[in-house]
Amino acid sequence: MDRFVYLDNAATTKTIPEVVDAMLPFFGERYGNPSSVYGFGSDNKVEVENQRALLAKSIGAKTNEIYFTAGGTESDNWALIETAEAYKDKGNHIITSKIEHHGILHTCAYLEKCGFEVTYVDVDENGIVLLDALKAAIRPTTILITIMFANNEIGTLQPIKEIGKIAHAHKVLFHTDAVQAYTKEPIHVDEMHIDMLSASGHKINGPKGIGFLYIRTGIKIRSFIHGGAQERKRRAGTENVPGIVGFGKAAEIRLAKMAETQKKERELQCYLIGQIEQKIPYARLNGDKEKRLANNVNISFRFIEGESLLIMLDMKGICASSGSACTSGSLDPSHVLLAIGLPHEIAHGSLRLTLSEETTKEELDYTVDTIKEIVQKLRKMSPLYEDFIRRNPQAS
Amino acid sequence: MYTEKVMDHFENPRNVGEIADASGVGTVGNAKCGDIMRIYLDVDDNQIIRDVKFKTFGCGAAVATSSMATELVKGKSVQEALLVSNKAVMEALDGLPPVKVHCSLLAEEAIHAALWDYAEKHDIKIEGLLKPKLDIHEEEEEENEY
Repeated sequence: MDRFVYLDNAATTKTIPEVVDAMLPFFGERYGNPSSVYGFGSDNKVEVENQRALLAKSIGAKTNEIYFTAGGTESDNWALIETAEAYKDKGNHIITSKIEHHGILHTCAYLEKCGFEVTYVDVDENGIVLLDALKAAIRPTTILITIMFANNEIGTLQPIKEIGKIAHAHKVLFHTDAVQAYTKEPIHVDEMHIDMLSASGHKINGPKGIGFLYIRTGIKIRSFIHGGAQERKRRAGTENVPGIVGFGKAAEIRLAKMAETQKKERELQCYLIGQIEQKIPYARLNGDKEKRLANNVNISFRFIEGESLLIMLDMKGICASSGSACTSGSLDPSHVLLAIGLPHEIAHGSLRLTLSEETTKEELDYTVDTIKEIVQKLRKMSPLYEDFIRRNPQAS
Repeated sequence: MYTEKVMDHFENPRNVGEIADASGVGTVGNAKCGDIMRIYLDVDDNQIIRDVKFKTFGCGAAVATSSMATELVKGKSVQEALLVSNKAVMEALDGLPPVKVHCSLLAEEAIHAALWDYAEKHDIKIEGLLKPKLDIHEEEEEENEY
């Protein structure tokens, strides 16, 4: 089977040729250390600062508010752990949501072990944070609210500006994990009252191993890595110059065509959802229909289990992902799908398809036909489907 | 992550289906952890398993272990079938990833549950067969979590 259909762009994206080309000199002849005095090194410092300026501008920040990291997860860890430490005299309470990425949730769990208290705010059935619950959770000891910009599994966009307003009205810092949303949705840190923001390179056609954390000027935040003057001494270590250059290039390209890409992906998204709903019975879209990333489709197929579906899709050359327990390495299905109220067996049968602007309708037709065949095959061997048909003979 | 044999039994599962008026039926597992197996036995008067079918809701390993378990008990006496252990199922599949070992245990339990049902219906005692845990109830699951 020589077909290859990549529908897992929320996991990672293709490093596009323009990005590779931009990076190559920095893997090769331009290997100088940006911290060196001589031009061969310091020229690379200029390169790094150019990218920093570009990335800062993309979210309405100042250049010196962007700190390069190894990726989204590191940015999340840094934002949470070091803010908690820096502000522990003010309080020990952090608020987040039940549907955050593990970069946030596991860091919160770690902080709880260190004596901090964390409130995990509920979301509605579409995965949108309940603002009243958020407000009610704020205490005099609350030091940080961290809510993701867009969810990685179901694509739900949060009312970030409103959350930022609430945080600032209570003089609480606001961090957002914008790994899935960066360059895909307009972001402005001042207008949205964002104090810290995590972003990653490889989700936007850039390289892996590079990300940034935006930290608003004036925020007390401690150094995350010690050992040098890089990143204003807050994140020491020789800069990942090729990564930074690639990240900058990827962001530049994405930003220039954000609206166009969004429009293209939105159309494909509607088409895909429509085709699945039309052709496959007992399928349900997870997440909000409108307040959603343009490239995310997450659908539960009742009576079947996600890992089986993924393996069979892989055999047909289709890359996708699932919220089933088997794909998470635990016995529980996705915490996101459970938080929006799906019963376990339906959460186990979820499929996430994330598009790119290169995705074609023909690929989606092939995918829908393939899913249809596989779902039929799996339902035929499912005891849950057997029981369902027994209870509802008219359904078969 | 899976062996060729596991993939073969997942892609081309043996003995999928139902048996009308089965001599014994066993369902084990729960939807919470994502695996449910049901095994149908057709046992003749000499207590030989003439036919066996299964239905499984679960991952690749769950399907493959069900398929292999049915192959291993087919044609055996009910007493012999009781000796088909999860280890035997795993070995026959050339091994499973550590996180999937529970699937083979479930397959063994499913066979036992079907044998128990057969023994009860036919008022027969199968030496060494214990009443299976039918953990398809929500309350039990909380405790079973690891």
